[in-house]
Amino acid sequence: MSNNFKIGFVGGGNMSTAIVQGILKNDAYPASNIWVSGPHLENLQKWSLLNTNVSIKNSDVFNNCEIIFLGIKPNKLETAVQQCLNGIESLSKKKSILFVSMLAGRKINDLQEVLSVLSPYADIRIIRIMPNTPMAVGAGICLYTPDNNVSQDQCKFLEDLLSSTALCERVEEPTMDTLGVLTACGPAFIYIVIEALADGAVKQGVPRAMALRHAAQVVVGSGQMVLQTGKHPGLLKDEVCSPAGSTICGVTELENGRLRSTFINAIEAATNRTKDLGKR
Amino acid sequence: MLKLPLIEAMKIGFIGGGRLAFALANGFISAGLAKPDEITASCHPSDVASAKAFQGLGATALFENISVVERSEVVIVSVKPDVVVPALKEIKNLPSAKNKLFISVAMGITIATVESNLPSEARVIRVMPNTPALVKEGAAAFSRGTKATAEDAQLTSQLFKAVGTCDEVPEYQMDAITALSGSGPAYVYMLIESLADGGVRCGLPRDLALRLAAQTTLGSAAMVKTGDHPAMLKDNVTSPAGSTAEGTYHLEKNGFRSAIIGAVSAAVDRCKIVKKQLND
Repeated sequence: MSNNFKIGFVGGGNMSTAIVQGILKNDAYPASNIWVSGPHLENLQKWSLLNTNVSIKNSDVFNNCEIIFLGIKPNKLETAVQQCLNGIESLSKKKSILFVSMLAGRKINDLQEVLSVLSPYADIRIIRIMPNTPMAVGAGICLYTPDNNVSQDQCKFLEDLLSSTALCERVEEPTMDTLGVLTACGPAFIYIVIEALADGAVKQGVPRAMALRHAAQVVVGSGQMVLQTGKHPGLLKDEVCSPAGSTICGVTELENGRLRSTFINAIEAATNRTKDLGKR
Repeated sequence: MLKLPLIEAMKIGFIGGGRLAFALANGFISAGLAKPDEITASCHPSDVASAKAFQGLGATALFENISVVERSEVVIVSVKPDVVVPALKEIKNLPSAKNKLFISVAMGITIATVESNLPSEARVIRVMPNTPALVKEGAAAFSRGTKATAEDAQLTSQLFKAVGTCDEVPEYQMDAITALSGSGPAYVYMLIESLADGGVRCGLPRDLALRLAAQTTLGSAAMVKTGDHPAMLKDNVTSPAGSTAEGTYHLEKNGFRSAIIGAVSAAVDRCKIVKKQLND
């Protein structure tokens, strides 16, 4: 597999945009080899600005690309596939298409069934991914599960394609619905943490922009400490909390506010919703 | 200044021969730090039971304090905190008190208070022990008085290690220590009883539940003492989607951590108030 492959996105929303921004960031792929389709061109302006090929027809993506990211809302898959069918060009030889699905909660079996209407036109393989939005800045996470027909090479291709955007990790499918919730929804929870930390600093007299910038860096730094030192976060916490110091007073407030169980609840609520969305 | 070799048995006296004094005496004898016939304890005239207990060890029980000092090299002040000052008044001008080490185990009584009620040449060490000293699993902390020597400190450490652990601390930490290891057994008894209640609620016979609850607490503490961080030990018991995760979540949801942190803080606050009353 090489850079000659055309990469398409059916659905150019926030997640697809984050992925393409990551791919294009390091000039890993020429923008001219990238396609996107969506019902409203005005929502695809970012893609035009990136010099990718933009269309309102899903069939354009299908006809032009060998790697197709599915980035529509999970319940819109059938409609999107039908639209592909409507404009499909018959080829003398069946092409090979690798679908990369980011549809939350929709399992490989399910995807295979829905995409099977395209099988007269293409040899279809599916990799299911659980990406997250920080892929846009090269600090994302992309979990993936290949179907039985996907080759090692194809997995490697995906990993290489996304390597500058995310930590790519192959997992078993059930893990998508558990770990995947943490990685995909987690950024939203952390944005709230960042905003609230900044609010706290502003309340104490720090200018907003400064507070926000530093709140974000605290989160980045703390994450790096866990990843790079290999120390347990409990131990890292201890190392910041001097006896009767300021930090432990703050920590006490967090415990009083039941922060831990609140985060546990957030993950549970998100996981339950993922399961609901996956049911047809 | 008396230089006491560490392994030589000493003449030890107790002003206030109550349960803690008995536990200490017992521990010292077991560790070969004192011979029974060289132990003297003074008990309240009405406290025949305590006197009998000391006599049962082979020690001497008296009903006045001066002889305790005269017969001993090291005097442990183990009367109730509000009785310390009256008890020491008899000894304040006793010549034989001048060259001795006085170890006060009275909660909340400061070194300054003890020193001001003894001859100025007397050496004082303050110890905060805790009740599990009765089973040789005590947690003691001591602070040196103004005249106490390095040998006195070493001796104190040796004595209290006969009944558990012993740490030297600056006196300002004594309130927090009182609230943690002094009161701590109460919090842990509540934990043990509740674990047992939980077990009974779920069908276990009471005596089994209680025994298991106690041993679980003991075993967990022993695990922490190996040096591993408690957060990591918790992780090691908490398998994904297992029962432990449910149990710990229930604790988080109900503010377990914050309740314990708060308990220690509340106890310290009260300790400070009581200390004021005792020492002014």
